[in-house]
Amino acid sequence: MSLKSRPYRIAGTLGLVALVSACSVPDSNYANSGEVFDPYEDANRSVHRFNLAVDSALFRPASRGYTTIVPDPIEDSFNHFSQNLSEPRDTVNFLLQGRVKEAGISLARFLVNSTIGFAGLADPATEFGIPATSTDFGETLYVWGVDEGAYVELPIFGPSTQRDAVGRVVDFFTNPLGYNDKIDDEYITVYANVVENLSDRGRYTDTIDSILYESADSYAVARVIYLQNRRFKLEGAAGDSYVDPYDDPYAATDPYADPYEDPYAD
Amino acid sequence: MPIKLFSRRSFLTSGVAAIGLAALLPLPAFALTEAGARRLIDTVVGEINRVIASGQSEAAMIASFEQIFARYADVPVMARYALGADARRLSQSQMRAFTQAFQGYISRKYGRRFREFIGAQIVVNSARPIKSGYEIKGTAKLRGEAPFEVTFLVSDRSGRDLFFNLFIEGVNMLLTERTEIGALLDQRGGNIDQLIADLPRAG
Repeated sequence: MSLKSRPYRIAGTLGLVALVSACSVPDSNYANSGEVFDPYEDANRSVHRFNLAVDSALFRPASRGYTTIVPDPIEDSFNHFSQNLSEPRDTVNFLLQGRVKEAGISLARFLVNSTIGFAGLADPATEFGIPATSTDFGETLYVWGVDEGAYVELPIFGPSTQRDAVGRVVDFFTNPLGYNDKIDDEYITVYANVVENLSDRGRYTDTIDSILYESADSYAVARVIYLQNRRFKLEGAAGDSYVDPYDDPYAATDPYADPYEDPYAD
Repeated sequence: MPIKLFSRRSFLTSGVAAIGLAALLPLPAFALTEAGARRLIDTVVGEINRVIASGQSEAAMIASFEQIFARYADVPVMARYALGADARRLSQSQMRAFTQAFQGYISRKYGRRFREFIGAQIVVNSARPIKSGYEIKGTAKLRGEAPFEVTFLVSDRSGRDLFFNLFIEGVNMLLTERTEIGALLDQRGGNIDQLIADLPRAG
């Protein structure tokens, strides 16, 4: 990819953001609530069935093989490598969010790990006390005040929201170490990412299996877990979402919805 | 197994402060203190770690988890919340039967997960009052993983200090179980007796 085309691409994806964010509906601040806005449930459930089929036929067995065969330290190295490749993307997003300190941290991590960390295969930055941080364009959109939008389940990628789906697309095309950039004629970033996902699927196989294959309604359980965790990452990190949840007039969305209200009242 | 208990000094200071306050304001609201809530969670974490480290068979571990759960959690209130609005149409004996089945279901489901916590350290970081008790925040550190946040909610509304909810990285156990129990109930056309009969085989 030539550098000249990148500004156009960024401009194009920003246009896409404006377009999609305009169609998201409910108001924001779900902080820690389990509220679900899922108008596309039927379509999402079809995608979920597809994802389950792909997982059980391909991804799950491949990941089990991968984590069983590859020794843990090597698996860790590959994961470090993949995470290191995502640091420039994080730096850009932190800057866009106005979080200069975190931008500096991810940049420092990238520089340290890419040099004395054997091109990112090791993670000396963490040992030097530069803790791992991570962000994405979905978070940048959150910081910019874009609403979460509807819940969507993406093919292959799984649970997401309209906002985060746009974030994924933008990250894909604007990562300074782009997925579409070839290193030595190979799409290294793509491979690294696939390998990291295999590793995660394999290591947490029991937990993920229990959600996908042992739940009465794996779609609904995956949805509620994803939304809670994602909102925790975005809004919990902002720091004020936990302030006095009981003052919330919308009692139904109260995260600590008081289970004591009912039983011991009478 | 190294479990970092909160420091003795902070326990003493907050304990002494709590006793002082209790003497000044002998209100029932002060029955549950921050120190008491922290102590409860430290005890729970300690007992769970002991079971994990014991190296018993999975079935024995799950039985031990059920004892811990029954002893330190407000199971009736959790079961009722997980059932949601449907709880209102249950008779007392149905509610009792459901609560019992729910207790076993949770112990099996989460007891199996605790294996992944072998070698974990849970450190209690902070406590703050919430409407029905205290929120105890901690960090769990697993080998080779980024630390993650665990939050317990503790209340004495049942008459004893018990925990009634648990959050892992923002994922609310009660809410997640309400989704699952609701789906199980839907599968059975809303037949609660069928759910009670089937729950011992779920999880």
